[in-house]
Amino acid sequence: MIELTDVHKSFGPKKVLQGVTLSIPTATSMVIIGGSGTGKSVALKCVLGLITPDSGAITLDGKDTRKGDRDAFLARFGMLFQGGALFDSLPVWQNVAFRLLRGSLKRPKAEAREIAIEKLRRVGLKPDVADLYPSELSGGMQKRVGLARAIAAAPEIIFFDEPTTGLDPIMAGVINDLIREIVVEMGATAMTITHDMSSVRAIADNVAMLHDGVIKWTGPVSEMDNSGDPYLDQFIHGRAEGPIEAVR
Amino acid sequence: MTLTAPLAALGANVLAALAMVGRIALFAGDTVSHLFRPPFYGREFLQALLHIGWLSLPVVGMTTLFTGGALALQIYAGGARFSAEAVVPSIVAIGMVRELGPVLGGLMVAARVASSIAAEIGTMKVTEQIDALVTLSTNPMKYLTLPRVLAATLAVPVLVGVGDVIGIMGGYMVGISRLDFNSAAYLKNTMDFLEVFDVVSGLIKGAAFGFIVALIGCYYGMNSGRGAQGVGRATKSAVVAASVLIFAANYILTELFFSA
Repeated sequence: MIELTDVHKSFGPKKVLQGVTLSIPTATSMVIIGGSGTGKSVALKCVLGLITPDSGAITLDGKDTRKGDRDAFLARFGMLFQGGALFDSLPVWQNVAFRLLRGSLKRPKAEAREIAIEKLRRVGLKPDVADLYPSELSGGMQKRVGLARAIAAAPEIIFFDEPTTGLDPIMAGVINDLIREIVVEMGATAMTITHDMSSVRAIADNVAMLHDGVIKWTGPVSEMDNSGDPYLDQFIHGRAEGPIEAVR
Repeated sequence: MTLTAPLAALGANVLAALAMVGRIALFAGDTVSHLFRPPFYGREFLQALLHIGWLSLPVVGMTTLFTGGALALQIYAGGARFSAEAVVPSIVAIGMVRELGPVLGGLMVAARVASSIAAEIGTMKVTEQIDALVTLSTNPMKYLTLPRVLAATLAVPVLVGVGDVIGIMGGYMVGISRLDFNSAAYLKNTMDFLEVFDVVSGLIKGAAFGFIVALIGCYYGMNSGRGAQGVGRATKSAVVAASVLIFAANYILTELFFSA
């Protein structure tokens, strides 16, 4: 279980998180929605320790995420970045097997390559992609490679940062289905941030709406359409009028 | 505007500059500390050695070749004013190994390597590749910074050594072809007046300049702003800062090595 309790984070005078409190039960898929610049990515990076919160507590299975063995902590996570964040200088298979080629999870090179090709196959890519470089791939293929890298070391927890941004609707649907399948298949805990409502409906068990630095609403995805929360209603229906100010 | 406004602006700039020096010093300390803490990424080190050392050789070689030739002409013309043309070989040799070889080598590596390191790491930061490294349990200081800094610290003295030889050869070629020096006498004069410490001091300078170049490139890359403009600014700042620091370090090392 991942728990954020009263997490605050500011960048200079800009208060991004103003008391985020959220629980993500083990082996469930939580999707955080909210407008651009509301702090979704910051919340996710705070959990991973990429950004240090100003105050508040973040725990994983009851333990403070900032204490203890950092490598062991990170070994439990996989992450798909918004732009893929593939390493340009490495071929696809070495990107996927990055964690398996160094550090505590190191395997022999041949075995790491075999696992990488298997993970590429799992996300719908052929083995001949393995020796290409990221710059030779389309956006959709890069997302798939990023997804293969996120699951390569069979993590317990997977984070997805805007998994369908920049993809056409069909490719977005393919990625959403893949994420759902993989999360269910691996029994992983998933945390996704997005403003793509088709992703929310495809991926989520639970949804949290982040606005003005706090969680405005959280609950099962099945209750999202009848929540009665004006912020959530405005967001999921994409209305310009409502409590969320639309800058024009 | 009050009368104290210019002073306040000056003070703010001085404080900002001191803060920058402090941050670079901490960055340098952090980098060096990783040298003694495993893991060490040998493949990245060898790649950096190839990129910084081998691939910089043509530009350093060409620079020192022409500088050695020009130096011979200048010393000959200047020395002719007091009948001291004969000092050309020894002054070219001492000038190259003590001063011009290390400084020009360092500056050319700064232009070529500090910019490329800052742009590469800056782009990695902007595209979240640095964050990706962290989530993959890989320390960016160990994986990106240490291999580059170590490779530059070891490669630049070698480049300086090769540059010294090429620069002296440039002077030699001009000396025998344009200034009517006897080939054997030119080489004898070069060797007779050159001391081991002249060469060693230049190589030590080279190591210091290599450290500065890679460290500054990594620092500005790691602290790059967002977008193309942020990476561009980081690249420009890295080259300027590395070049200025090379001149400053050159003066300090020269004081240390040669002041009476």
